[in-house]
Amino acid sequence: MASDIDRYELIWIYLCVAVLLGLFGILLYSAFGLGIHVETDVGQIHPTQVATTAPFDQPGLRQVGPDRYEAVIVARAWVFDPAEIRVPAGSTVTFKLTSLDVIHGFKVPRTGINRMIIPGQIAEVTHRFDEPGTYPYICHEYCGSGHHIMNGGIVVEPR
Amino acid sequence: MRWLIYLSFLMLAVGGIYGVLQGLDKMGVDLYRYLPDPLYRYYLGLTVHGVTLGWLFTTYFIIAFLNLAVIHGLRRPLRSPALATATFILAVAGGFTALVPTFTNESSVLWTFYAPLQAHPAFYVGLTFVVVATWTAGINAYLTWRGWKREHSGERTPLMSFGALTTWAMWAISSLGVAASMLFQLIPWSAGLIERVNPLLTRSLFWFTGHPVVYFWLLPAYISWYTMLPAQVGGRLFSESLARLVFLSFIPLSVPTGFHHMFPDPGVSQSVKLLHAILTFAVVFPSLVTAFTVVASVEVGARRNGGRGLFGWLLALPWLTNPAVAGQLLGMVLFATGGITGIINASYGMNLVVHNTLWIPGHLHTQVAGAVALTWMATSFWLVPLLSGRALWRPKLAIWQVWLWFFGMAIMARGMHWMGIAGVPRRVHLTYAPYAVFEEWRMAGWLVGGGSLLMLISGALFLLIMVMTARFSKAPAEVEVPEAKPLHPVDRMPLVLDRVTPWVVVTLVLVAIAWVPSLYQIATAHPYVNGWRLW
Repeated sequence: MASDIDRYELIWIYLCVAVLLGLFGILLYSAFGLGIHVETDVGQIHPTQVATTAPFDQPGLRQVGPDRYEAVIVARAWVFDPAEIRVPAGSTVTFKLTSLDVIHGFKVPRTGINRMIIPGQIAEVTHRFDEPGTYPYICHEYCGSGHHIMNGGIVVEPR
Repeated sequence: MRWLIYLSFLMLAVGGIYGVLQGLDKMGVDLYRYLPDPLYRYYLGLTVHGVTLGWLFTTYFIIAFLNLAVIHGLRRPLRSPALATATFILAVAGGFTALVPTFTNESSVLWTFYAPLQAHPAFYVGLTFVVVATWTAGINAYLTWRGWKREHSGERTPLMSFGALTTWAMWAISSLGVAASMLFQLIPWSAGLIERVNPLLTRSLFWFTGHPVVYFWLLPAYISWYTMLPAQVGGRLFSESLARLVFLSFIPLSVPTGFHHMFPDPGVSQSVKLLHAILTFAVVFPSLVTAFTVVASVEVGARRNGGRGLFGWLLALPWLTNPAVAGQLLGMVLFATGGITGIINASYGMNLVVHNTLWIPGHLHTQVAGAVALTWMATSFWLVPLLSGRALWRPKLAIWQVWLWFFGMAIMARGMHWMGIAGVPRRVHLTYAPYAVFEEWRMAGWLVGGGSLLMLISGALFLLIMVMTARFSKAPAEVEVPEAKPLHPVDRMPLVLDRVTPWVVVTLVLVAIAWVPSLYQIATAHPYVNGWRLW
């Protein structure tokens, strides 16, 4: 069939396949060479068990090592609990997230932090905060009439 | 057929009004407060916008257009008038059944209706009726083809109808996801027959359908670009075999991609998401082939009309004289930009920069509200005259109308992409968000609001032209269904390019590999939860 295809169209097709494969190769490098991954299956927890199961029974920030923190955040319409996290600059924070009710979102602009918070599921994301400043976290999945007021903030304090 | 098209225009109008309000909201302008209760509620409006435009405007027009493609391509009427009537009743009754509880603020769950937000059962039942209407329409198309085949054995299916039949085959498989979610979870749950649903499962089943639904919208536009547009510019279809390959390859490639809408979701593994990313890159390929074939077909016509030069022939196309052509060409320009943003969205880690920001509506508007809607408006400029028997009213105004839509859409999308990169979330009543920094977003917000206002004017013009054409314009219309001839007629087509079955088999295998393990795991091992009404 290739012989029936116009010469220019055949060149175009080879070019497109090459570009798509090339882009995909870069994507594989970003994932396996640079370690940039999307969310994975971390585990499940039923919303009715959240209040009695660690670590979600005590939402908040804990230090787990030198410059290492764990931030356990429980989302519900329309607040993040806790609504503020304070860490010194240079800290690596692992966020653990779940929902008490409906699907929420978790996005921190100017970082790669972007997660869905789904009732029944545990989401996890780790980020190192080098620059001091305030980094809002915003709910970006519709969760009812108060969706647009649902937000919190990470305050990164200078060392 | 005529009434389905008119109803699709009604849906466009209703959804469009909320669209402008949303666009202005991105500038910090709130016009919602002038609406009566409960219409002033942002998320009710957003649900109306998504349902009227993304489910009803689209489906109604598609059923009518695919019917036309089957009837005209095969030169025979639909096999079952009863099935056609059932289709119409299901589609229209379903649409209104879903919209009534939406307008009373009992179903403010948006176009995606993610559980465990729980709407009124009529919402889910109504949308399910609309999906069933697509099934009856598809069955009718298939029966019509079978009757044709008996009388024309040995002949290949005319391309216009072949495109329609492959679209129905692709949709039949794709729609199974959301249908299963509706029938086994959402409807019984909202009706009180079962207490809990699995949010990750319903969300996954939604996107099983939610990605290929965009090809359900796109392929009718491709039918016009491949089988009608070349004739409308005096050209020829550059390659029939490649056109067939494109339509057929959408069957296996469109369905096993839906997890790219769920890259940031917990509960689904990275390896499955990587597989869906690969397959999403694969589904870009038929559109890239389309770019060449359609542009080459159009070039044939431009050069026959005196077009010269490496690129100069582009000016020999009727950009400013034939609205039925101009709309399609402008749609193609927008579509190309959206192809690029789509590749960005599919790019695994890069998706985390844009997921659920305003960038995503930027992408989807260039594609469905840009390329597809413009192509359907352009099509209406000959189709409505054909169906009503009256000539197109004020073709010059129609030219202005499509160019205005094009610029409005381009400007609005530019603003949306910009705001998305700045981190502005989607689906948000931005004017009242405490984290909104309109000082930083001012320029981008003006592009979104300004673009939407241009589209409001264009949309109003389109509806005016349609009403005047259908009711008051001069009769009779001298219109025929445009049908392109191939540039190099081919006597025999390889059988694999005239048969749908092998492609369906490949699709089912791909679906089994790409979806079933995850869906099974989620359905059996993941939590089921109660519903919430939070509006």
